[in-house]
Amino acid sequence: MKIITGNDLRTGAVIWWTGQDWSVHVEDAADVGDHGEQILAVEDAACRVNGGYVIEAVKDADGGVRPAHIKDRVRALGPTVRPDLTLKPADPNAGNWVI
Amino acid sequence: MYRYDKYDQAMVDARVADFRDQTRRRIAGLMTDDQFKPLRLKNGLYLQLHAYMLRVAIPYGTLNSRQMRKLAHIARTYDRGYGHFTTRQNIQYNWIKLEQAPDILAELATVEMHAIQTSGESIRNVSADHYAGAAADEVIDPRPWAEMLRQMTTFMPEFSYLPRKFKICVIASDEDRAAMRWHDFGLRIVRNGAGEIGFEVYPGGGMGRTPFIAYKARDFLPANQIFSYLQAVLRVWNRHARRDNIHKQRMKILVHELGEEEFTRQVEETFQHVLTLGSDFPQAEYDRIADYFTPPPFETGLSEEIDRSDPDFAVWVDQQVAEHKAPGYAIANVSLKPVGGIAGDISAEQMEVVADLAERYSFDELRASHAQNLVLPHVRKQDLYAVWQALVDAGLANANLDLVTDIIACPGLDYCSLANARSIPVAQRIAERFEDEARQKDIGELKIKISGCINACGHHHAGHIGILGVDRKGTENYQLLLGGSGDENTTQAKITGPGFDEAGIVDAVERAVEHYRVIREPGERFLDTYRRVGMDGFKEAIYG
Repeated sequence: MKIITGNDLRTGAVIWWTGQDWSVHVEDAADVGDHGEQILAVEDAACRVNGGYVIEAVKDADGGVRPAHIKDRVRALGPTVRPDLTLKPADPNAGNWVI
Repeated sequence: MYRYDKYDQAMVDARVADFRDQTRRRIAGLMTDDQFKPLRLKNGLYLQLHAYMLRVAIPYGTLNSRQMRKLAHIARTYDRGYGHFTTRQNIQYNWIKLEQAPDILAELATVEMHAIQTSGESIRNVSADHYAGAAADEVIDPRPWAEMLRQMTTFMPEFSYLPRKFKICVIASDEDRAAMRWHDFGLRIVRNGAGEIGFEVYPGGGMGRTPFIAYKARDFLPANQIFSYLQAVLRVWNRHARRDNIHKQRMKILVHELGEEEFTRQVEETFQHVLTLGSDFPQAEYDRIADYFTPPPFETGLSEEIDRSDPDFAVWVDQQVAEHKAPGYAIANVSLKPVGGIAGDISAEQMEVVADLAERYSFDELRASHAQNLVLPHVRKQDLYAVWQALVDAGLANANLDLVTDIIACPGLDYCSLANARSIPVAQRIAERFEDEARQKDIGELKIKISGCINACGHHHAGHIGILGVDRKGTENYQLLLGGSGDENTTQAKITGPGFDEAGIVDAVERAVEHYRVIREPGERFLDTYRRVGMDGFKEAIYG
């Protein structure tokens, strides 16, 4: 699948295109097929996203979305060396998902 | 230390106002990202993996307690309670919101700080020996010259659109504690036979994907001609630089392609012309700036004795304390390298502790080192125990300066958008492997430096042991290098062979270290042994 990510213009937070809006949770990312660049053009012009780009991802067996590249998995979770600052601070093994 | 005059303050305040307006227009959609990006970068604001990152300049690594408390306030108010000291004596915040960035810059301006020229194709923060003004072996304090170079190169139109970034370092000792020859323009202050102050000049250094060690272009440049010489260097670079190819834009590439002799010839020819323009500092201006760096009022008649009856304190003194030029005083190094921690990271609360210690025990002065540690430069020896106790309470009393666990590591793929691999976890695993203090002591001085990509912010080219993280078909892989140095005998590390995964690189480092312990001769550091025996034996030990 192809999904869109970028950073929130105002806050810099990592965000993922849900099909209608942006979410900070990669699980919410929608498959945009071949429409990624079109969507990005609109969202960029609306100043809702900064530095947006289309990436490859796969659906996990449990329905989760896993970006293909480690860099985007780090972006999706947060720094592996500071679990307390990730989106899953209560899960000490969350970093394993990145690797 | 230097204090802003009304002109400095007006310039920095005006820059904050400009950036506030630029940010407002960007958020309102009146500017595109392509238009805004170079403006935010000129104010040290990057977009990294998780958020905006703000890099704040600490000129030649010198801070006072008021500034450190402001850095703590920013960490607590605008970030997530911590900051990260970098390998160029700056501090970075990792979780900045664009809409708050102008407020942060305004806060910094109230304590005479800014983020100007901490990014972009400009002359970056001028770095210096972190013992400057305190070192027993310095010719003079190099900071007045660093400050003058800072002033002459900030906002200078001719230097605002350079081919690429340009880094300057100034030292004033035989011992190089600042990796001077790894800079685009390195200066070592010396005294000639007549007792006059001048510079050894070393252009053309730099790390990155194509590392070069700066060469000596001048044995003695009269100090009052330094700005003309710098201008000449920059003009030659500007004239020839490969602006069409980002990988060939750094000055070191030009020096390499022209050759040292021809580069020097062109610089000297240009220098003779620039000298006639009269743009160097008059003596009165040097005197004015040097006044700011008058040594603090050191007490006389102090005891040289340090009570070592507390064994833990004695260990700390032996490792963290350096000789000071004033009798009865010492330089106290504060480690930001706890085993299992993150190199250079410091919490807001710890920043405040260090600020308090500087105010109470170190004439209100602090230094940041390129090795991502802090320094209390002027501590009475009789106060060291009180300083140590406070550092213990704050979790800052590690006694590992220059040992195997005092690892330089860039933020790597945990934070940096340029990185290909994580650096911090590798540093943590190595430090944990060598956690035993007796083993660290036995190994002795060993500088491990880790970069998460070829940009080499973790100085892997200068590591006694260097590690470079690369992307190998989507997975992290680590190359091992040996034999680098950033000291007065600067050398470039060499790759040992095929790379390793995260677990493998830790084992490989341990095999190299254990090989050294087996073959070393009395008094040899790891680097000395490597230089004596060369790569082959180490390679055999590492790869079997």
